[in-house]
Amino acid sequence: MLRYALKRGLSLTISLAVASLVIFFVIEIAPGDPASFMLGINAEPDTVAALRTELGLDQSKLQRYLGWVGGMLTGDFGMSYTYRTPVAEMITDRMWVSLPLAIYALTLSTLIAFPAGIYAAARRGKPGDMAVMGATQLGVAVPNFWFAMILVLIFAINLRWFGAGGFAGWDEGFGPAMKSLTLPAIALALPQAAILARVMRSALLDILGEDFMRTARAKGLTRRQALWRHGLRNAMIPVLTIIGLQFSFLLAGAIIIEQVFFLPGLGRLVFQAISARDLIVVESVVMLLVFAVISVNFLVDLAYALVDPRLRSRT
Amino acid sequence: MNRNLIFGLGLSCVVVLAALISFVWTPFDHTAMNIPAKLQTPNGTHWLGTDHFGRDIFSMIMVGARTSIAVALVAVGIGMGLGVPLGLAAAAKKGSLLDEGIMRANDLVFAFPSLVIAILITAIFGAGAINAIIAIGIFNIPVFARITRGAALSLWEREFILAAQVSGKGAARISAEHILPNVANLLIVQGTIQFSLGILAEAGLSYVGLGAQPPTPSWGRMLADAQTMVSFAPHLALIPGSAIVVTVLGLNLMGDGLRDWLDPKLRLAR
Repeated sequence: MLRYALKRGLSLTISLAVASLVIFFVIEIAPGDPASFMLGINAEPDTVAALRTELGLDQSKLQRYLGWVGGMLTGDFGMSYTYRTPVAEMITDRMWVSLPLAIYALTLSTLIAFPAGIYAAARRGKPGDMAVMGATQLGVAVPNFWFAMILVLIFAINLRWFGAGGFAGWDEGFGPAMKSLTLPAIALALPQAAILARVMRSALLDILGEDFMRTARAKGLTRRQALWRHGLRNAMIPVLTIIGLQFSFLLAGAIIIEQVFFLPGLGRLVFQAISARDLIVVESVVMLLVFAVISVNFLVDLAYALVDPRLRSRT
Repeated sequence: MNRNLIFGLGLSCVVVLAALISFVWTPFDHTAMNIPAKLQTPNGTHWLGTDHFGRDIFSMIMVGARTSIAVALVAVGIGMGLGVPLGLAAAAKKGSLLDEGIMRANDLVFAFPSLVIAILITAIFGAGAINAIIAIGIFNIPVFARITRGAALSLWEREFILAAQVSGKGAARISAEHILPNVANLLIVQGTIQFSLGILAEAGLSYVGLGAQPPTPSWGRMLADAQTMVSFAPHLALIPGSAIVVTVLGLNLMGDGLRDWLDPKLRLAR
């Protein structure tokens, strides 16, 4: 298990290194000099040159790349070109909205999808199964940001159970903060839950046809007991894959959903940064998102190996 | 043909037809503003009502279908055009440096969700439909490369490929003449699914302002415009959203139906 983890860890490091190179050099192509952009068109050339030196823009590309990566490793993401505050600080503030939102949504989606998938698999071909499958078919087709607008229309505007947007802040206490994240989390979770429920159902149906399930039934377990004791664990491999993949969609989806609810998360930060040409912020947020996706996939790989020992010997 | 396929094909045809007809006819000019007639709910003159500028929503939906379909279609084209040859090459040279390189590059692209690619591209070149196409297209490449490689690998073990090798055909020719036709079904099904994901992605990108720019109508941007007015004019949000749902639902059902229809074994196994 340790060797497997080390091997995956090495490939994780390589992926991250290559991803950082790609992001850095893609941003490098961007036209326009941040220093002259910050100072406006009337700036004196020597003022621009001084700011370039201050921001480190006069160094070679390689030096700046190494500086950027080295800084990130020590938690220093550089200075925002427009706000003149440390990028790390801005990102940390926004993370306290985006990350809880993604986790909240992932939890909701799992809580909805598992029972729905198991229920449908256990009643394969019956009306209950058809209803769940029909609902998931619709769930997959609904864009989450549109669903979010519908939720606002119903629960914030008509019923007035929730606010239509904004974030209470964690200082106000856990309850109010979670309440302002509830509608966004539901909007993010339902389409993902639809996909997950479908995967759960088909994974279970595949397992139900296996020999060891027949053996379990033959030794006297009921269908339900066999499903719980032997079926679920074996169905977890495809389900874990999808949960891992969904995390990246949740983070990206959170960026869009934040726009609907005016949540001060990473999404709003990155869109403000794009319009202000604050490329160092864009660069850092993108790197962070890619880092999150790659690390989650790494964790999923490790989780596989825990669930299915056979995988440890492979790759 | 099964029910899913017929129903899905029907829904998709309606959307494609609306897009095609919009080239020659729409009930109103989709850009024509008519402030006195603003924010009307669906009625006899304006079948789906009007927006805050008095523009006819039905006409905008028809023209918006064009944007959605064009972006998703070209993006799937990019994904297939680059992903399939890469997948075929990786499978033909299984275990080689080429295979390893292609698959690692795939993993890398996979770590960049299409929204993140779009953010990067927009940060450099500015927003626009072309950039949305590139972003969704790049995201599609590893999807097709992976699925092609997976299917091709098992084909390379088969006797008819051995026969082709014995007859002196090279790897490239075998891939084109024998592997590709045998993975085509799979690619058509995946293409349908990616197409529907492309429609959703385009809507999302336009919604946050990274996709088609005014005056090109797009469903995502219609939703963004509707957001501040949802409390007093909910139809502005309900109609474009339903258009997206109908399109994606149709494509997904068509994909499911096609898979069952093209592969009867799968239908029995399920």
